[in-house]
Amino acid sequence: MNFPAELKYTKDHEWIRVEGDIATVGITDFAQRELGDIVYVEIETAGDTIDAHEVFGTVEAVKTVSDLFMPISGEVIEFNEDLESEPELVNDDPYGKGWMIKIKIADASQVADLLDVAAYKELIGD
Amino acid sequence: MELKKVALNDLHEKLGAKMVPFAGYNMPVRYSSDIEEHLTVRNGVGVFDVSHMGEFMVTGPHALDLIQKVTSNDASKLVIGQAQYSCFPNATGGIVDDLIVYKMAEEKYLLVVNASNIEKDWNWINSHNSMGATLENISDTMSLFAVQGPKAFEALQSLTPINLSQIKFYHFTVGEFAGVSDVIISGTGYTGAGGFEIYVRNEVAEQVWNKIFEAGKNWDIKPIGLGARDTLRLEMGYCLYGNDIDDTTSPIEAGLGWITKFTKDFINAEQIKKHKEEGVSRKLVGFVLQEKGIPRGHYEIQNAAGEKIGEVTSGTISPMMNVGIGMGYVATEYAKPDTEIYIAVRNKQLKAKVEKLPLYKANS
Repeated sequence: MNFPAELKYTKDHEWIRVEGDIATVGITDFAQRELGDIVYVEIETAGDTIDAHEVFGTVEAVKTVSDLFMPISGEVIEFNEDLESEPELVNDDPYGKGWMIKIKIADASQVADLLDVAAYKELIGD
Repeated sequence: MELKKVALNDLHEKLGAKMVPFAGYNMPVRYSSDIEEHLTVRNGVGVFDVSHMGEFMVTGPHALDLIQKVTSNDASKLVIGQAQYSCFPNATGGIVDDLIVYKMAEEKYLLVVNASNIEKDWNWINSHNSMGATLENISDTMSLFAVQGPKAFEALQSLTPINLSQIKFYHFTVGEFAGVSDVIISGTGYTGAGGFEIYVRNEVAEQVWNKIFEAGKNWDIKPIGLGARDTLRLEMGYCLYGNDIDDTTSPIEAGLGWITKFTKDFINAEQIKKHKEEGVSRKLVGFVLQEKGIPRGHYEIQNAAGEKIGEVTSGTISPMMNVGIGMGYVATEYAKPDTEIYIAVRNKQLKAKVEKLPLYKANS
């Protein structure tokens, strides 16, 4: 499995890429494998300001449904509209074309609470 | 409780299967992709290792008497080489388990039950064996492979002198397969895609599995996980014990009146007959979503006014139709085909339509 070193991770299996005060969020390679074929990504929180660890959307796989959690607090400024017609991008390219939302970071200090790649790998026993 | 392993557990792990606990067994849920595996079975041929299923042999002069007492269908109608879908009614109007009854010979029957219920069924049958039939639980010695799909027969014909295409639905034959004798080859399955199931002893399971994949190579035969098994059976509207039927659901509510025969006596026949004659207040239906979304077990089923009229028991996306499908119990007045119902999915009410089974109609 692939876990890019430049990303941060959460215990809920999201990844986050921080660029200035904007962050991009998706789910990890481990998460997409556990879920299996993803058939529906539902994000209806664009424009909302949401606290860390709160739900920003839902991902539906063939076998199961799972909530998506904010890694840090912020405003959801964009979601990946391509996922509406091609949800399988999350399986095929979880860190690239399968990204889910962009957020405007509310509190940059929360980034320090996220897991680095070594800590995330340890969490999943990789 | 430690997970039990099927004979080919290590082989599945080597094939890269994701293994999950299911019914007390460590089982392959998928090898590659649920959707790909589903399509392989609908369009070609795939193989499920369902060796977790339980098998009981019932023999002796009172074998049929016991089976007639504990099952709802009429096993006296079976000829040798024929199988029958049936259920064990309990004493309170529900179902202990559903099963298949095979008539192997005069005074010799094989009962195939759900893995999760092996112990419960075994105790139940034994407790009603006042007539003295001989019972043997051979679950731990048998492997079961379901070879399913429209290409199943042609792909594996080279493995046996028996003409596979001559095996009729819910009939079986016992013979040579993949160099092994006394293999049960049964025209059954849980997918609606055609094909057969084979019962072999654990000692030869690996040999048979490998020969199946050698012989089927040109047909692109693939191993299929339990994930696709569930979506395939749901497209057909087949019940899954523990989801759609259980200790509290009447066979009549579950649409299993066709395997409930009042021409003979069986446990609790009187109460179930009453269900049939007086009607039941809820019924198991299949439904298809009319908008985007996926129903899941325990989601509320509502009427247009948002009142609860039932609950989803199984749900998924249909890989063939690419829409949400499911089964669930609804108040009887909502059970007719084409009735509009609504599924509460998170904060939304999604429109659905009650449909006649199967939900996926292969020829339409």
